[in-house]
Amino acid sequence: MGRAEQISGGEEILSVQGVSVRLSGREVLSEVSFAIHPGALTGLIGSNGAGKTTLFRVILGLQRASAGHVLLAGRPRSHRNPLIGYVPQKFLLDPDMPLRARDLVGLGIDAHRLGIPRPSRARRALVAEMLEAVGAVGFADRRVGRLSGGEQQRVLIAHALAGAPRLLLLDEPLANLDLRAGQEVVALLARIARERDVAVLISAHEMNPLLPVMDRIVYLAGGRAVSGTVEQVVRADVLSELYGSHVDVLRVHGRVLVVAGAGEEEERSGVGRHGHEGVFPAPEVVK
Amino acid sequence: MSAALSASIVARGFFSSEAVAVACGVGGVVAFVSACVGVFTVMRGQSFAGEALGDIGTTGGSAAFLAGVGPLWGIVAIDIVAAGVMELIGIQRPRGRDLATGIVLGAALGLAALLLHFDATYHNTTGVANTILFGSAFTIAARTIPEVALLGAAALAIVAALYRPLLLSSVSAEMAAARGIPVRLVGAAYLLALALAVALAAMTIGTILSTALLIGPAATALRLTRRPGRAIALAGALGVGAMWLGVLLAYDSFYWPPKEHGWPVSFFVVALIFAGYLLAGAIARVGPGARARPAALMRKEWE
Repeated sequence: MGRAEQISGGEEILSVQGVSVRLSGREVLSEVSFAIHPGALTGLIGSNGAGKTTLFRVILGLQRASAGHVLLAGRPRSHRNPLIGYVPQKFLLDPDMPLRARDLVGLGIDAHRLGIPRPSRARRALVAEMLEAVGAVGFADRRVGRLSGGEQQRVLIAHALAGAPRLLLLDEPLANLDLRAGQEVVALLARIARERDVAVLISAHEMNPLLPVMDRIVYLAGGRAVSGTVEQVVRADVLSELYGSHVDVLRVHGRVLVVAGAGEEEERSGVGRHGHEGVFPAPEVVK
Repeated sequence: MSAALSASIVARGFFSSEAVAVACGVGGVVAFVSACVGVFTVMRGQSFAGEALGDIGTTGGSAAFLAGVGPLWGIVAIDIVAAGVMELIGIQRPRGRDLATGIVLGAALGLAALLLHFDATYHNTTGVANTILFGSAFTIAARTIPEVALLGAAALAIVAALYRPLLLSSVSAEMAAARGIPVRLVGAAYLLALALAVALAAMTIGTILSTALLIGPAATALRLTRRPGRAIALAGALGVGAMWLGVLLAYDSFYWPPKEHGWPVSFFVVALIFAGYLLAGAIARVGPGARARPAALMRKEWE
């Protein structure tokens, strides 16, 4: 992990400092702190309900933190943040919506501006460059709503990149993709982070698809987080402390399995789910 | 029917009739505005709100008649108020949307029932209900032309100014909010444009039929093009075309049975819009846009 250490020497593009969020009396996030750097790909890993989406909403400025704060490029975040590109989790668009992939990418450049966009050579060229960067040239003129999940994901990434962000947030980009499309999207994001010097933060409930490309990991459980390199974080002692109960970390065929330890505690701590996923790995990986 | 119209029948001159000219002028402006605004109504899934605002116009129209003023301002006023109440109740949330619309619609139509009853009782006429509900393009007063042009321009100006933020928040409110677009404000401004467009359509082809002008050309255009700008331009053209052809057919229908009693313009306009929608569906299914075009062709177009 020499690369990650090398990167962590640079400026921080995002710094989350002691962020806590209470929603209707329940503490969803509790003193979450981490920082990410341009050029690095960071995985935000946690099971459903661990607080990943809430954390994204805080970073985007859509959710107020009850304590702590978020710095973007060293400054408090402003209302409109051209520094951040965002790809939402669920994207259900009517197949008949009159919007080509190219149009959606164009909106990524200037959707916040008033008035009708004037076609210009520069705008067209930028859209073409973004489509090229995500490998979406082949379906650029089809309706977005009729594209496959993987194709839509690429178009959404191009849309987010078009605003020239320094930080790209993707909420569960692999959730609705098959294994192959997921691998392609992960490889694409790793390339974007490196080539464009963008900090990429990807949330996922499963860390294994991200293991080959992840420079750093932020592991969320029960609203608390630990962060660092995979080696630093995905360890039995670190995760046991985070979960508040004993967990084992197993490495099988290049996959990492976080398995709840013995005892009745696992039900209560919510580790059981994770353990379950790990104990029965997907068949295509076992081969 | 107006004296001018009777005279024009005798003259048998479509182009020399003032009623026809007003119907085509006002109808054309109204159809264009409604259809353009309607593209976003369809995209945002707010067709029910559009329909409701049209129906609610009945309340304003009947109140205006009772007060002895032109129907337009009554319909505009009630629609703006109704849109404001819908917005406050929670039209911005998908789940609250139908509820907000339904509650406001029910309350307004209840009031309309009372007002139409008063209209019929005090003015001793039942024709007014028919005119408000189903419209009568040939009876539009020429003096309303500047008012219609002004309100239509206002609706179009809102949509043109908000074009990009509105388009993105119609695609995904979440993505728009993440970019710092004030999604709720944009939605409220659009609702105002919608209220204006629907009020104009309600005055022209009737409160109940106004939806046809709002949704029909827009839905047809969405079937025929995959570009947002083109969809709006095409919807506008289709709306104007249906309106003008409807006026022409209604004018001709004075010579159809029953003689000397022309069929309503609204019927022709709505029938044409519906036929156009079905035709567009057939074209979309078999036409060149039905399948993805070869990559080489797409690349050529893009350059």
